[in-house]
Amino acid sequence: MILSANAISLGGRLNDFTAAIRPGEVTAICGPNGAGKSSLLACLAGLQQVDAGDVTLDGAGLASLKPQQRARAIGYLPQSPEVAWDVCVEVLVSLGRLPWKNAPAGEAQAAVDAAIAAMDLDTLRQRPVSTLSGGERARALMARVLATRPQWLLADEPLANLDLAHGAALIARFRQQADEGRGVVLVLHDLASAMNHADRVLVLDRGMLAAHGTPRETLSAEVIERVWGVKARWLGEDGAMGLVLDGSTSTPG
Amino acid sequence: MANRPVFFLLIGLAITLPLSLLAGRVWIDPFAPETRNAVTILMELRLPRALLAITVGAGLGGAGAAMQGYLRNPLADPGLFGIAPGAALGAVLSLWTGYAVAAYALPVFALVGAAGAMALLALIAGRDGGIALFTLAGLMIASLAGALMSLAISLSPTPFAISEIVTWLMGALVDRGWREVWIAAPLTLAGLAFLVAAGRSLDALTLGEAAARSLGVNPARLQFILIAGIGLTVGAGVAVAGIISFVGLIVPHLMRALTDRRPSSLIVPSALAGALLLLVADCFCRILPLAGGELRLGIALSLIGAPFFLHLLLKMRRGLV
Repeated sequence: MILSANAISLGGRLNDFTAAIRPGEVTAICGPNGAGKSSLLACLAGLQQVDAGDVTLDGAGLASLKPQQRARAIGYLPQSPEVAWDVCVEVLVSLGRLPWKNAPAGEAQAAVDAAIAAMDLDTLRQRPVSTLSGGERARALMARVLATRPQWLLADEPLANLDLAHGAALIARFRQQADEGRGVVLVLHDLASAMNHADRVLVLDRGMLAAHGTPRETLSAEVIERVWGVKARWLGEDGAMGLVLDGSTSTPG
Repeated sequence: MANRPVFFLLIGLAITLPLSLLAGRVWIDPFAPETRNAVTILMELRLPRALLAITVGAGLGGAGAAMQGYLRNPLADPGLFGIAPGAALGAVLSLWTGYAVAAYALPVFALVGAAGAMALLALIAGRDGGIALFTLAGLMIASLAGALMSLAISLSPTPFAISEIVTWLMGALVDRGWREVWIAAPLTLAGLAFLVAAGRSLDALTLGEAAARSLGVNPARLQFILIAGIGLTVGAGVAVAGIISFVGLIVPHLMRALTDRRPSSLIVPSALAGALLLLVADCFCRILPLAGGELRLGIALSLIGAPFFLHLLLKMRRGLV
């Protein structure tokens, strides 16, 4: 079940982009602002029609899949934490079952319960979304994606609104999903998160693939200087690296 | 739990409907049925009128719930898509040209107007399925129909036509009969079926457009279902009763707190509550002593609706502070 983008282009935001993403790994998409990270994720999720090329899941074009089939295979967590109506957490999570219209009710309830437990939301089940903190809401939205039980998890800046502890907990969940054989693709702007927690990194630069490989290869000081336009060094040990900027920096291009 | 409001609303309707038949200029005492023409009044005047109130109210309530779900906005109203103004334009043209004297002409003209607005919407729908563009298009259709209506009034051949048009625009259920019931009821029921079918997609939209698509919602298909559902319910309602505002806005609000707040669980309760509201409101219009006739239903509901809307806005403002 490989998710691959084959020479896709998208209105100036992506340019002849090719990459194959394997399940069982956490893949991070990194790049400067405006590099096309969110656009790429939307294309990989099958939500954005590409101008050229195609995105395939296990060899079959995403565009040719029925929306419901695609929704069962690929779970997508958008960056905006929008919840239009003040539903309670349990109802919110159960929205993740919408692609499984005809599944038995018991299975649906089991998936919702498991997702709620996985995101540590048991005590918040009946709470209206408006009373949740930012971190709790982010967990509830993540549980919504897990309730679908998709083969692929695609998340746009999932760590953006989370404090240290909840961010670490969410990363642990992503790791667990990958270990269970699912594909996890995350847009991350924090390079240290990508360095420490991703198995693979895709570096995007102005809509083109600048590097693809292990974090150490793709987020080297040399690549960071070339793509982000800053001189920086990695400090620390494996799994706990920190990025330190060097004094003199050129202006970002 | 989910069905409790539906249950109570059905009981409420079952009690209110027979009671409403007794009220009016001539009160009918069910235990002294010797009132003159009681059977005629009941069967030919009040029963069709009550059923029409239920039909129109159900259509407006259901359409309002679906509309708010689609636009993810509690201030949305079924009139926004331009279908009600389109239907009104059709009716105004039938009055303007004088064809309205023929039986069926006015509702048929109105339905053609609604269909025209639906066709225009369908032309715009489905390109990319975006909500903002679609809604703007609906607003443009509404404003175009409104302008054409004003033009028809200003170019009216006779003062009588003007007076007829203006009176008709203030929606009412006076002097309606079985004919209107047979026109509106099937169309409204079909429209409500479309709206109920849209429920799951509207639920997914709770999470925003991108998330909804990732959950398998086909935005173009949803637009077509909504055009059919809102077009049939609102178009049929305007065709037989004229413009009745605020029902589609208020009713989903009153019902939302009684449900789990998903758009799909709001559509049926809103339809039933809309039916109940219009049935009761029409009864009051009938009873209220007013020189020169009775209070128009459309005016009565706007009189209730506008203060409610204001209250809603003030409450929302407090929520934002």
